[in-house]
Formats: sequence, structure tokens, C-alpha cells
Amino acid sequence: MATPAPAQTIDLSARFPGILQPDTRPGYTGWIVDKSNLLEFASALKTELGYDYLSSLTGVDYLPEGKMEVVYQVYKTTGGPGVLFKVQVPRAEVVEVPSLMPVYPGVELQEREAWDMYGIKFTGHPDLRRILMWEGFAGYPLRKDWHEPYFEEEVKPFKSRWPEGKIVQAEGKNRFADNVTYPAGFDPENQTFKPEEALYDSLEKYQKAEIGLDTDHIIVNMGPQHPSTHGVFRVAVMLDGETVVNLKPVMGYLHRNHEKIGERNTYIMNMPYTDRLDYLASMSNNFGYALAVEKLMNVQPTERADYIRVMMAEMTRISNHLFLIGTLLNDLGAYFTPMLYALEERELILDIFEAVTGSRMMCNYFRFGGVARDLPEGTLQKVREIFFERLPRKIDELDRFLSENEIIRSRTVGQGVLTAEDAIKYSAAGPLARASGIPYDVRRAEPYSVYDRLEFDVCTRTHGDIYDRLMIRFDEIRQSIRIVQQVTKQIPEGPIVSMKPVYQVRVPAGEAYGRVEGPKGELGFYLISNGKPTPWRYHVRAPSFINLTAFGPMCVGQKLADAVAILGSIDIVLGEVDR
Amino acid sequence: MSDMYGKGILKGLGVSLKRFADTYLDDLKWLGRRYGTDQGIAHRSGKDASGIFTVQYPEEKLPMPEEFRFIPFLVYDEGPNGEKNLRCTSCGICSKVCPPQCIWILRSSDPVTGRPIPDPADFFIDADICMNCGLCAEYCPFDAIKMDHDYEQASFGRNVLNKAQLSKSAKYYESIRPANAQRENAARLAKEAARVGKAA
Amino acid sequence: MEPNDLNAPGFEIPPELKGQLAITSLDRIYNWGRSASVWPLMFGLACCAIEMICTAASRYDLARFGMEIMRPSPRQSDLMIVSGTVTKKMVPNIVRLYNQMPEPKYVLAMGACASGGGPFKEGYNVVSGVDKYVPVDVYVPGCPPTPQALLNGLMKVQEKIKGETLKTSRWYRKGPDQAEIPIPLLGPDLIDPRKIALIKNGEKA
Repeated sequence: MATPAPAQTIDLSARFPGILQPDTRPGYTGWIVDKSNLLEFASALKTELGYDYLSSLTGVDYLPEGKMEVVYQVYKTTGGPGVLFKVQVPRAEVVEVPSLMPVYPGVELQEREAWDMYGIKFTGHPDLRRILMWEGFAGYPLRKDWHEPYFEEEVKPFKSRWPEGKIVQAEGKNRFADNVTYPAGFDPENQTFKPEEALYDSLEKYQKAEIGLDTDHIIVNMGPQHPSTHGVFRVAVMLDGETVVNLKPVMGYLHRNHEKIGERNTYIMNMPYTDRLDYLASMSNNFGYALAVEKLMNVQPTERADYIRVMMAEMTRISNHLFLIGTLLNDLGAYFTPMLYALEERELILDIFEAVTGSRMMCNYFRFGGVARDLPEGTLQKVREIFFERLPRKIDELDRFLSENEIIRSRTVGQGVLTAEDAIKYSAAGPLARASGIPYDVRRAEPYSVYDRLEFDVCTRTHGDIYDRLMIRFDEIRQSIRIVQQVTKQIPEGPIVSMKPVYQVRVPAGEAYGRVEGPKGELGFYLISNGKPTPWRYHVRAPSFINLTAFGPMCVGQKLADAVAILGSIDIVLGEVDR
Repeated sequence: MSDMYGKGILKGLGVSLKRFADTYLDDLKWLGRRYGTDQGIAHRSGKDASGIFTVQYPEEKLPMPEEFRFIPFLVYDEGPNGEKNLRCTSCGICSKVCPPQCIWILRSSDPVTGRPIPDPADFFIDADICMNCGLCAEYCPFDAIKMDHDYEQASFGRNVLNKAQLSKSAKYYESIRPANAQRENAARLAKEAARVGKAA
Repeated sequence: MEPNDLNAPGFEIPPELKGQLAITSLDRIYNWGRSASVWPLMFGLACCAIEMICTAASRYDLARFGMEIMRPSPRQSDLMIVSGTVTKKMVPNIVRLYNQMPEPKYVLAMGACASGGGPFKEGYNVVSGVDKYVPVDVYVPGCPPTPQALLNGLMKVQEKIKGETLKTSRWYRKGPDQAEIPIPLLGPDLIDPRKIALIKNGEKA
């Protein structure tokens, strides 16, 4: 069983004397940088030491100590452990930290999120607007002293449920019978509200045409209600005729406050909530969360549980890629036939999920130290039947159906190219980066669970266009089938959970970053615990969210119809983008 | 001879035509027993499924596997005179472990002494909040609350379920989850035997 | 569709004409046509949308009910299946879409989130049920409801449609159409224009 590699193994304090100090809080790792040295340190890390890939940026609010922190995690694309460094600033109404955009352009959306949720202003960011909430919203929601309108208690379980549990619905306690609250003295009639103004202003910079003819560019909203946007996602596109000049994604239409709710939940309660992040691949989310908490608790799962976890994770990957192939073909215009063929296979996999975990999509199967229940009778036989006899044949049929089709090729080959340098620059992860030629896969770079015992290839393709992103999914499905075939041969008998199933787990204080290779990219969970039953900070490094940083640059110069296909090939799912 | 332009499209069309022909060939192979029978449904959900994949709800319903979880229900054992003895002791663990906190339990107390009785005076589940996670059933120490299989709950109004609507018999529970019920009954009998043995 | 459903009760049809003749009322024909060809609005918000897509796929075919035409445009649809969590940022768009649907229109709240806020009810960006802004006809609980549960819900919509009568239908009345809902505004928090008086009287109460 692989133990995850430690966060860093090089001694940076020798290389940067006086700038860094190690983080010595119990259970914490990493380095603390002063904000005045931040840019110098980050550029040296990138250019001299080769840490070219910034994976995650997040803010933390330490209310009792009166400071706020920004946590950065960087890796090398050649593999190996990463560097975790932090900037600490005293807590105030608005705090300022220099932006890392000049060094790592992939932080664009993540810094906007830290501004939206914490009020951390990143000086030097070209377009610092709110991203998940709307402009004009009152307050910075993830701060510890900001309470939501339906606030009952700081942590669950709530006392009003037992033993005096007379049902009072949350609407009954709020004056407006709804989840709203307004600042004191607020008069809605004497004001106009303009939540869209900042968005259109940021696009206006590209208004003037470069060539001689005096034409106007127009802004078109591919709005939240659109058949091809994979959910409630909006894109404000500035068009010159049919060609895209600039593009701003607008998200937050499905912002379900996963991180704030996560801070109120106990550790076991968060497990079903992680299902709803990337709702097409629920068990890979469970996997990442279970790994992060197990790192904090220093608990290892049993061997049989590890094999079951890997089998479920790979089946989830196949089910996700099948859905993606179907929807990408839908976006290209092949209305529904390839989708029906792909969904048919997916239904058979979902049947297995339903028999083992209890639900087709929201599986809630992983627990700390193993899995929730053992495989029922006949499951392994069913898995063998499908993965040895049916699925390889059907994937080959789907491949034959699609891959040489001239219409698909002319629409996708050479369109929406993302070069390898751009992929690293914009922090692209998963199949998006691998289709551009970067062979980075967390299952090989930092092996977790039993992946180091299994044989599989890391799939890459070279051109980085939409066609490669479609074909790489077929490659990955074939590798996942190979992994599941090996697991069914190697799986041992034994217990399925290594600690007693209790509903109040004891998690020691500290921080942990657990990451897995989800179907969409590197899915990471950053957890900070202060010894209490609930996490202090719970952040999800969502691959779909960060992959969208590359969406704008990829689409410039393409036609609007290609922008739809490019969005389909990035593979976003809004539950993860908005959290 | 160079590849003809359009060969890929023709290959794709060949795949669709084969699947179209399969819909008739598979029907012929089964000669009318394909729809409405359990073997037909099993064939369409198995590894050899080809042809028409549809399971025609509501005339044909896919059997739910044993672990399937929908909205929870409270289990009662039938007493000798037909009274319903709920297994729930209102310990409150399910309401403490429920992630969205959708379970309200009113513990009853003895009218004379004022001490709590292990029996719920009332029990509410807001089905418009329940996320069907199954944690309540997983951590109940008395096998008193279990996840139901009945998914036909569509209604014209909001769904807040009280104790009467939530109570279903142990026989019903055994019919939907036979393996689980057998294992739990055996464990309960073993614990009883051990307790009696220790007392003796 | 059984011809017996179309026949008004109380009229005996001789056996040689069964299957060729139906004696019915205008209400029954009108509702039969409407309920057998409901066109849903392709309106997937979150996870429930995936189950809705699976319902439209080949295993739980929606085309058997006449509902496979999922129109992205509200002007051409009858039924809005609100599938997924309704957030405050999205509510103005939902209300605008509802207003743009032509009568007769129906709303089905699919899943726990659309019915009553669901597991995310306590969030600051979540509306506790779409029925706070839009009148809902059928609620389907579950998280997510399985495709068979959604089909059960759609059959309940059909049942409701079959129970309606032309004498009391809203869209044939004269006078102002009361179904136009004012669009909420996004200020410091979501503002429902129907509750402005309540907001203004706030701090004095």
C-alpha cells in the first residue's frame, strides 16, 4: 500500500535565507513567506527550481488569532512532491496581498474566488471581480464572523432536533419566510442594482477593432439556460461577426455553499456532500476526501478496501468519460444518437453502483479507513462479465462509429488548440493537459492507494485540439478497463474497514491536502482541523473550475460554434465549478 | 488505392444499421416473451443486452437491488394483539448524524416521574431536505430506522413525514432487504443469548 | 393510450363499434391531446439534470410519453422540470423563463433541492424551494429521484392535466393574466418585489 509522499523534501530555507520560515504549528507543514517577498520567491521557485505548475490557491480565516492566510500549492510537471507556502496578513475589513498573475497566470479565477469569499484584495490582478456571488452582494461569506440568514448554530448537530424536536422549518424562523437578510435601513425602492456592469466593462476594453474598417464588436450572452453549456454556466462573448474576440465565463449559478456547509458539518457528514461536487463521478470525490481525512487521522485503509476503492474509482472514470463522449457529440450536432449508445453502457455500470452502494449517482460509499459495506454476492462475477466480455467490444464499436467520421474530424482537428506551455501556464489538469502532451497523472506522480501495484499507461496525445481531447477519453477508458481487470484478479479477502465505525471521529489538529486523479483532472481537498469534531477550513481544488482559466485563451480567434465544442471538450461539471 | 472520402461516415452508418437490425433480430429470438417478463427485463439489463434497451415503466419495473436507499422509514415489530411496537428508543443518534439535519425527534417522558421513556412521542423527517445518504440507517444501534425502496413518492404538495407515515412493519423490511434482515436478526438473537447466558 | 380512457362513462358502445367509435366530451379530448404531448423545457440545473437526461435516454424512454422533445426555448414548451438546486443568482433567470412560457404551463419540482431547498437549504446562496417564486404543480422528492421516480412524477402531471376542465382554465379567462411573476432583483441579497413592503417596514417592527 502506498503511503502518500510528504509535502516537500527539499530544504528551501537554505536557498532563500531570511525570506522563508517553516510553518511550525503542530500538524502543519510548509513555509511562510512575507507578502513583500512573495513575487520574488514565486518567480525564483518557477524559473530556477522548476516548480512550474501552480495547483491550488486558497484563503483561510483564522479569526481567533486575528489573521488571514493565503495558501499556495505548487508542483513540478516532471513529478514528485510539491511545495506548500503561505502568506499571512493581519485580519481587517479588506486585506491586500500581491497577485501571482505575472508568475502563474493560472491563479486568475482562484484569486477572484478568494476576493469574493474572504475579501482578500490581490493587487495587480487585471480583473478582480466577484466570481461566485454577484457584484453588490453584502459581505464576504466564508469569513468566520459572517453568518448566513438561516444560521442556527456554529456546528452540527443542532440542539433543536433532539430531544425536544418539534419540527419548525427554517422558513418559519426567518421574518421573510425565505433565506434572505438585508443590511439595516435598506430601502430597495430608491436604488438601482447593476450586478452586470462590471462584467461588461471588463469586456469593453476590446471594443475597438484593430483593422481599418470602423465596425463594432457585439457582446452576446450564451446564457445560463442553454442546451450546450453542461449546466447553468454563462459565457459573455465579444464577437466580431462570427469570430470570438474575447470571452469571459460567468459562474456561480450553482454555488451551493459547499465549503461553508462543510465547516459546519462533522467529518462523516461531509461525505455525502462530496458526492454532489462532481456529480458524474461521485466516488472519486469520496476518494479524495477520504484520503485527506485519513492523512490527518493517520489511518490506513485495509487492503481489500483499497482494491474495492480503486475498482469503484476506475468504474466511475469510465462512466464519466462515456457521458462526456455523448455530450461532446451532442454539442457538435450529432443529436443524441452517440449519446444513447454511450449512455447504454453507462447504465450497466450504474446498475453495479446501485447494487453495491445503494444509489446510482450519489454513492456515499467510502468511509475513513475503508468502505461502508462489503460487495454483495455476485458483484465480482457481474463486474467480470461486463469488463471482460462486453465493455471492450462496445468501446471498440463506439470508436469505430466516431473516430474516423469525416464530419467530426473536420470540426475538431486543429480547432481549439491548447499548447503544452499554455496548459502549464493556465494550470490545466487531467485529460486537458495530457491531450496537449504533458504526461502528468497524479496516479503516477504521487501514487495513492494500490495504484503502484497495477499496470496501466498514462495516456497522452500531442496536438491539444478537440479531436485529441475526444480520443484521449477512449484511451483512458481502455486503460481503466485494464485496471479493473487486474483488480478483479488481485482482490484479496479480508475486512473492509480498519477502524471501528463511529459517527464522531477524532481528528487531530493539523492540515492535509489529499489529491486524487479524478476523471476531470487533479481533485484536491485541503482540510484544516483544530481538533474539534468539525473542520476549520475545507477547500476543494476543483479541476473543472481551474481548467476554465484556459477556456478564454483557447477560444480567441475561433468561431462561436467552435467555442461550444471547446467547452464540451474541456469537460466541466457545474457542481464542481461552483461548489 | 487512397482512402475514399466518406469512408468514416459509412463505417459509422454501418454501426447504426447493425444496431437497428439488432432491434428486430433480438425481438425475433425471444418470440414475444421479451416484454413484460422477468427474464426479459434481466436480459435487457445483463451483459448480452442488445436491441431495444428500454424497460417500459410503469408496465415493467426494474427490480431494485437490496441496498437501494430512498427515504427512511421506522420499523415496528407486531405485538401479539396487533399493536405496533416501534423499535426506536429516541436515542437521537440518527438526528445527530443526519448531514442536512432533517430529522426531528420528540422524546416522550413518563407523565408521573418526568423521566425520559425510550419511545418517540413524535418523529419528523422532512423529505424535501433528505439527501438519501443512509447515514441514519447505518448508525442506528437498534435497527429501528432503515432506508425504504418505495420511490413512487411524487405528490402535489410538500412532503413532511410524521411518525404515522414513517412506520412500516418488520415483515415489510424483511421483504425488501432479506439478507440484511437475516444478518441483523441473527446478531440480535446472539446478543440476547449472550445476555441471558451471562445473567444465568 | 387505451380508447377506454377517452370514452365518457355512461354511454354504451355496441361491441362491433368498439375501437372505432368514442363518445366523449370536449374536455376529455382536449386534455387527452395535451397530456400525451407535453413538451418539457430543457432546464437542467444540477445533478438531477443528469437523471433527467437518463430518463430521456434509451433505458427509461421519455418518448413513450410523448415528452422526448425537450425544447431549449421556453416559448415552445409546456412543462418546466426544475431539476437541481435553485440558487439566488439563478432565480431571476428562472422567473424570466417561467414568464416567457406560454399558457398552459406546468412546473415540476424534481428532487429535494427544488422542492424545499434540499440538503443545501442552509446555504446563503440557496433558495429553499422553487415554489417561493414560481407555482409548482408536482413535487418529486429524492436526491436524486431515480428515473422511474421521475416518470412517476410525470405521470402525476399527466393525471393533473387530465383532471382540468375548460370551464375554469386560467388561460381562457378574460382580463389580466395573473401568472406574470415580477422578476427578483440582485442587491445586497435577493429581493423579491412582492415583499418590498415587508423589507421596508423591517427595522421598525
